[in-house]
Amino acid sequence: MPKKQSISSLVNSLKEKKISVHELFDQFHKVAKENANNSYNLVLDPDYQKSNLEISQERYSNGKNLPLDGIPLGIKDLFCTKCITTTASSKILSNFIPQYESFVTQQLLNDGAIFIGKNNCDEFAMGSSNETSHFGPVVNPWKNKNSPTEKLVPGGSSGGSAAAVAEGSCVASMGTDTGGSIRQPASLCGLVGLKPTFGSCSRWGIVAFASSLDQAGPITNSVEDAAYILNSISKHDFNDSTSSNHPRDDYLKEIDKKLDHKIKIGIPSDYLKNVTPEIIAQIENTKKSLAGYDIEFVDVTFETTDYALSTYYIIAPAEASSNLARYDGIRYGVREEGGNLDDIYLNSRTSGFGDEVTRRILIGTYVLSAGYYDAYYRQAQKVRRLIKDDFQRVFQEVDFILTPTTPNEAFKIGEKLDPIAMYMNDVFTVPTSLAGLPGISLPSGLSANGLPLGVQLIGNYFQEKKLLQLSHLIEKELSFNE
Amino acid sequence: MSNNWEMVIGLEVHAQLKTSSKLFSSSPNLFGSEPNENVNFIDAGMPGMLPVLNWTCIEKAIKTGFALNFTINKHSVFERKNYFYPDLPQGYQISQFEFPILSEGYLEIDQPDGNTKKIRIERAHLEQDAGKSIHDIDPKFSFIDLNRVGTPLLEIVSYPDLSSAEDVVNYMSSLRQTLMYIDVCDGNMQEGSLRADVNLSIRKPGGELGTRCEIKNLNSFKFIRQAIEFEFQRQIEVIESGGSVEQNTMLFDTSTGETRPMRSKEFSHDYRYFPDPDLLPVNLTDEQINQIKPSMEELPHQKIARYVSDYKIDKDISKIIIAEKENTILFEKMVNESDVNPKNIASWLVGDIFAFVKEKNLDVLNLLEYTKDITDLLKLISDDVISNKVGKEILPQVLEGKGKPNELVKKM
Repeated sequence: MPKKQSISSLVNSLKEKKISVHELFDQFHKVAKENANNSYNLVLDPDYQKSNLEISQERYSNGKNLPLDGIPLGIKDLFCTKCITTTASSKILSNFIPQYESFVTQQLLNDGAIFIGKNNCDEFAMGSSNETSHFGPVVNPWKNKNSPTEKLVPGGSSGGSAAAVAEGSCVASMGTDTGGSIRQPASLCGLVGLKPTFGSCSRWGIVAFASSLDQAGPITNSVEDAAYILNSISKHDFNDSTSSNHPRDDYLKEIDKKLDHKIKIGIPSDYLKNVTPEIIAQIENTKKSLAGYDIEFVDVTFETTDYALSTYYIIAPAEASSNLARYDGIRYGVREEGGNLDDIYLNSRTSGFGDEVTRRILIGTYVLSAGYYDAYYRQAQKVRRLIKDDFQRVFQEVDFILTPTTPNEAFKIGEKLDPIAMYMNDVFTVPTSLAGLPGISLPSGLSANGLPLGVQLIGNYFQEKKLLQLSHLIEKELSFNE
Repeated sequence: MSNNWEMVIGLEVHAQLKTSSKLFSSSPNLFGSEPNENVNFIDAGMPGMLPVLNWTCIEKAIKTGFALNFTINKHSVFERKNYFYPDLPQGYQISQFEFPILSEGYLEIDQPDGNTKKIRIERAHLEQDAGKSIHDIDPKFSFIDLNRVGTPLLEIVSYPDLSSAEDVVNYMSSLRQTLMYIDVCDGNMQEGSLRADVNLSIRKPGGELGTRCEIKNLNSFKFIRQAIEFEFQRQIEVIESGGSVEQNTMLFDTSTGETRPMRSKEFSHDYRYFPDPDLLPVNLTDEQINQIKPSMEELPHQKIARYVSDYKIDKDISKIIIAEKENTILFEKMVNESDVNPKNIASWLVGDIFAFVKEKNLDVLNLLEYTKDITDLLKLISDDVISNKVGKEILPQVLEGKGKPNELVKKM
């Protein structure tokens, strides 16, 4: 794996003129344009970014640099970027050029970040292996040491964003997480992936998958880098009605603060029922690494974990079936002609959407249909409430919850053909999403095959600051980054 | 033969709200602009765009709630009504379904015998209007105008308490008048600001309700009357010739005056309503509801009552004045500005002044700048400085701003 460079060290090098903004961009652009792992749907070249690079360099020269000035970032191709093709990795949007910038990417631009390109992802963020992209699968830069020629998945749906950071084509990247789409690929690529509290980062300008679950967040080399990005993107936005006006913290400040009081971390036994010893070892390693601190680990049990995945696969497709209705070939995107209006719809959508997206639209349409709504959608909403309550019950006893991020290491491209087997990948991340809680995946060790594995730390609503502080500590103690 | 049958009618009225911007976007809510001029990224259903509720629409709904004796629900929910059509860019209409903002209201309408009849209203809910598809410009292409997309509508659904075309017209015009008085709707039916869907069934007096048909989208009192009469006769003929009325959605053809069923494809939707996850439920506090109260305009029937009790004006004359909100503005300004007997002002207003306005095809509000002159003239008459006859001769000149009454009298 390429040498990891932190945002703070790069900002310092730029300040101290050890490197110029242009040189830094070129260094990452060189890797990105190779696109060896198909991490990008689009790579922006230095010419396109010329004026952004110059302005950024000027700010450094004037000593007025912004928090992310000149830092090359990858952006999941689900964020609308003004005048830059935004496809959601779908054929139906393959020609779509937004005339607006998403709220989140605008914050990054406002803080001086420079975009390297648009990261490949699962089509409309629907997938857990980045194999559903219209532009082909992304390859995990990590190799199985016992079978080094095998191409492995990077996870999904933010697979391109994770692979890009791991391959060293950007310093950090933006992903979105609906049921684990940041945390799972971060885990499979040996990175830090943060899904903030629902409502922290505006959804305005992000191609919607499931509105009540979608949340933007960073995939980074380190916890500190995640704090840098979160500081930029976590803001109230009037244009997103579900954006929270809860006060935001400075997540970077005191990130290495020493624990000043005892904390309790809950480990849900029901998450560890059917997992391999290797996965259980990740939890044990994490516990061991924190042995010298005033941290108590307690067993906790959720009553709703078994229902989370089914609940998710009703609510998310239901919302998606409606959110994706606007892709009809009429106003923008790819249109297939037809003899009448219904044929235009049918042809455009049949040809424009891949199998997984079609499957989820069909499921979503079914669960909202007359006669099935009460049995499926309404019931799922009730279970979702129970899941939220379940978390709040557990959070009365503990400050954080520690779980594995995924039930397995990165698997081979093409290996999981059964959709249900694929959905099982998100079994540990989906409950957090349904509850709207913040969750972070941290690299915790390597498997016997030499592949990265991760643990997930879950905090209560808007506890990102404390979540990042504890994550920073775990990261340091596990010393995985060295 | 229609003597043996009575009609049972319920009305769904769509009132466009008088707001400066749309229900969930900041584009202007304007009629008559160039096609697709008032369309932003949200209205056009672009990827990643999100709705933000225009709070003015909630305030207008609350006002309507007070005016039509509704229960104002503290909890209401916007849901998505899903269907595909090119003038519906999101692929769904945001509407209220299970939890509307207003429930159980009523409106009293006048009956020919001088009594009033209470028409119960089941609910009223907020929703987005769709755009317009234009099929008759080109033989090969259809054109889409999205200006109307997202325009706020209040859909007001009555119980089937109406039993004649006359009832319907009375209800509709009274509703229109009320909504105009409280500044909720401009009442312009020609521009589609107020449209009605008529649900009609027939039965023998006292008998069981028949199967109803819904006639969609009627936008004038004349068409409402015609459509009801035609549909009434049609249903009678179906039943009396041994058939049965099928529940159907009908279109009214304005050129023939006939109703005909829409193709079943045009309405056989499963709308798959579900709460819009992009929007929070609307939760109102008592304070939020009650703070609208002081801004409530006086309602037509309240004005009549006040004119009768405070000014001793005949009820019939009061009704003529309140027929249009503009009249009351003119009238009340004259009453407040002068010490002329309001009864005297009222009789001049509905007499010579209205005659003049009608003859010259004027906007009543144009006379606002001459109110002082008008009441000065009336004072000259009541003080016996000039005769009634002279007053009538001078009045047109006063209304045209040709001089002050004193001077005009001197010139005579």
